[in-house]
Amino acid sequence: MIYREAGQFKTSYGADQAVFPIWQDRWFVLLGVAAAFIVPPLLADEYWLQAVLIPLLVYALAAIGLNLLTGYAGQLSLGTGGFMAVGAYSAFKLTTAFPQVNILLVFLLSGLVAAGVGLVFGIPSLRIKGFYLAVATLASQFFLIWLFNKMPWFVNYASSGTITAPNRTVLGVLVTGPNATAPMRYLVALALVVAGALVAKNLVRGRVGRSWMAIRDRDIAAEIIGVHPLRTKLLAFGISSFYCGVAGAELVFLFLGSAETLAFDINQSFLVLFMVIIGGLGSILGSFLGAAFIVLTPIFLTNAPHAIGLSLPVALLKQIELMVFGGLILFFLIVEPHGLARLWQIAKEKLRLWPFPH
Amino acid sequence: MKTKPLLIALLAVAVAAGPLATLALAQDKTIYVPLFVYRTGPYAPSGIPNANGFNDYFNLLNERDGGINGVKIAIEECETQYDTKQGVECYERLKGKATFVNPYSTGITYQLIPKAPVDKVVAHSMGYGMTASADGRWFPWVFNFPMTYWSQASAFIKYVGAQEGGIDKLKGKKIVHVYHNSPYGREANPTLETLARKYGFELTLLAVDHPGQEQKSTWLQVRRINPDWIYLSGWGVMNQVAVKEAATIGYKMERMVGNWWSGSESDVVAAGDGAKGYKSMTFHAAGPGFKVHQDVFKLLYDKGKGATKRELVGEVYYNRGMINAMLNIESVRTAMVKYGNKPLTGEQVRWGFENLNLTEQRLEQIGMKGMLQPLRVTCENHEGNGKAAVQQWDGRKWTIISDWIEPIRDVVRPNLEAAAVQEGGKLGYKMRDCSKEK
Repeated sequence: MIYREAGQFKTSYGADQAVFPIWQDRWFVLLGVAAAFIVPPLLADEYWLQAVLIPLLVYALAAIGLNLLTGYAGQLSLGTGGFMAVGAYSAFKLTTAFPQVNILLVFLLSGLVAAGVGLVFGIPSLRIKGFYLAVATLASQFFLIWLFNKMPWFVNYASSGTITAPNRTVLGVLVTGPNATAPMRYLVALALVVAGALVAKNLVRGRVGRSWMAIRDRDIAAEIIGVHPLRTKLLAFGISSFYCGVAGAELVFLFLGSAETLAFDINQSFLVLFMVIIGGLGSILGSFLGAAFIVLTPIFLTNAPHAIGLSLPVALLKQIELMVFGGLILFFLIVEPHGLARLWQIAKEKLRLWPFPH
Repeated sequence: MKTKPLLIALLAVAVAAGPLATLALAQDKTIYVPLFVYRTGPYAPSGIPNANGFNDYFNLLNERDGGINGVKIAIEECETQYDTKQGVECYERLKGKATFVNPYSTGITYQLIPKAPVDKVVAHSMGYGMTASADGRWFPWVFNFPMTYWSQASAFIKYVGAQEGGIDKLKGKKIVHVYHNSPYGREANPTLETLARKYGFELTLLAVDHPGQEQKSTWLQVRRINPDWIYLSGWGVMNQVAVKEAATIGYKMERMVGNWWSGSESDVVAAGDGAKGYKSMTFHAAGPGFKVHQDVFKLLYDKGKGATKRELVGEVYYNRGMINAMLNIESVRTAMVKYGNKPLTGEQVRWGFENLNLTEQRLEQIGMKGMLQPLRVTCENHEGNGKAAVQQWDGRKWTIISDWIEPIRDVVRPNLEAAAVQEGGKLGYKMRDCSKEK
């Protein structure tokens, strides 16, 4: 009833190929993005922005990156944390070496550096597949972290061994560093993730995305119909690492403010992989839903007992939180193995028929 | 499939409701103290006694004195699991009401150092965190008294010198530093290197990667080098494994000295008798034998209000938590002398931290005489003039076996000031003029 495409005729190829062909979708997304840009900076307090929404956006970007590689191109990767570290450390090196360069440009450049590293570590994917590839990417995770730990050059020989986000402005407004306000950081993170999601959405609809999916579904068949495996797989690694690199730079510059290599350990790789799996493999929306689930649920579970006035020891609360969180993951995966994005799709189908389901 | 709408609704609640703002626990008339604790996760064996020490001391003050000069203390714990991101979440949630925090993790401290001056919250990293922040001219909002890692390492070298029969006897001796491969573990390296050049001992640096369960190759190297002394900067499981491995290769335990995060009960118990004789640096005494503990037993444990089991009072980390709480409180008390007995602002509390003067007499009044050394903090020196001692494990308990050792300040301080220029410059700070502070 409220969600019906009947009567929406496409009269041009452009209209037929639109990202959101149905006007309800289009408006929903547009309004959602507009609301995301306007409402939180005005209403949310610093805790919400800094501790909840910014990490959510950063991880959503990383999840999109991994989803392109794992969800669309079918290459299982456990190197996300390492690629994020490449982005973070190269952003730090670039912005300290060239302080006058716009920080947004620095983010993109560090993404490119990460893409380069991703290309190198993507080479084994030409020979090995599946779990074996996962192990090979695991090696990249350990190698990169070891490298950043070992070489003091990456931290500009700081005695502390950490990288710190310096004060940087965009159009005269401070966006990174300790004095940047939370709304500004949030807006930068949001703008990057919206742009990234739009590009990704278009990538996966086009030739590139289709060749990725062909490789994912059956690489030999794909090769026979003319998809070049070398180019396709490496492109997936490169673009995926680009996203992860930008997300890593954001993690340090917009969220944490300073970091050591431990912030990019193997747990990060797993975390982002779980986001992709729970959100839905091969879905851009799923990346957002997965990131939201993994980032928000623990925070919700921590705060919920306080909100209803329940006073329990913090250790007990933490244990309960871990148990409930684990239980929820299992629950959602059993009920819908294709992830949260699939649930959303089913909901849309239902809405289409509502209120007269057959 | 009736469950689907339910599922979607559930999901919508979980995602959209998100974190709810916590109810304000603190009233206007109390001093609010957030406690970052790690009672769960891989480092819980260290975190639990520490958090209990904190709790007991704050509760003791509320029970015995009605708070600080009559102003009650309201504590709220926040679980960090020793994880930096969760620590930041805690900080953002609780900073509104707080005037000071004890981050209790070097990683979290690094997050808070840039934020502290912006939010007007004092960050007190007691014996951990960033060494350079001891230069109060660059880092007015960060304190790390009673001592830094660098001072500690210099005290260790001084101790070794004394054991060898004079600091000049260090020439040609072999010292190995086994450290956790993280900013924390690497802290002592520059100081040890400087001192190696000065006194002519051979220093070998051996890194152990996080978490430190696998150290076979490290100890093979130790065996080959056969050092005269080993300095250990470990954390959590790495300490237990290191002590065990040292015992396995038959190294003389009296010649292995941990830093003060490598010298608690949980670090040595796992190695059993092999750990006997193992030493560690410390800045306070262990054990439940001080006057303050009698008060704790009488006013808390006899009434069933204790945070832990009676027999666990006096563990190394328990006492450290207590001392940390005491230093916080005495700093606030110092500020109250100037600003009056009421809940204070962040800036007022900061003044109190900076002008803390903990005399022998005061230590006696609060029942901690002999537990730690008198301490004086100044605008320039946020490390204070603390002294270290060496404690030894006898198989049952830790006992202090050395005199209080004055760090080699003329070596540490110039390096520290140079590092502060670098670290402060990274954050865009300006050095303040301490002669203008009052």
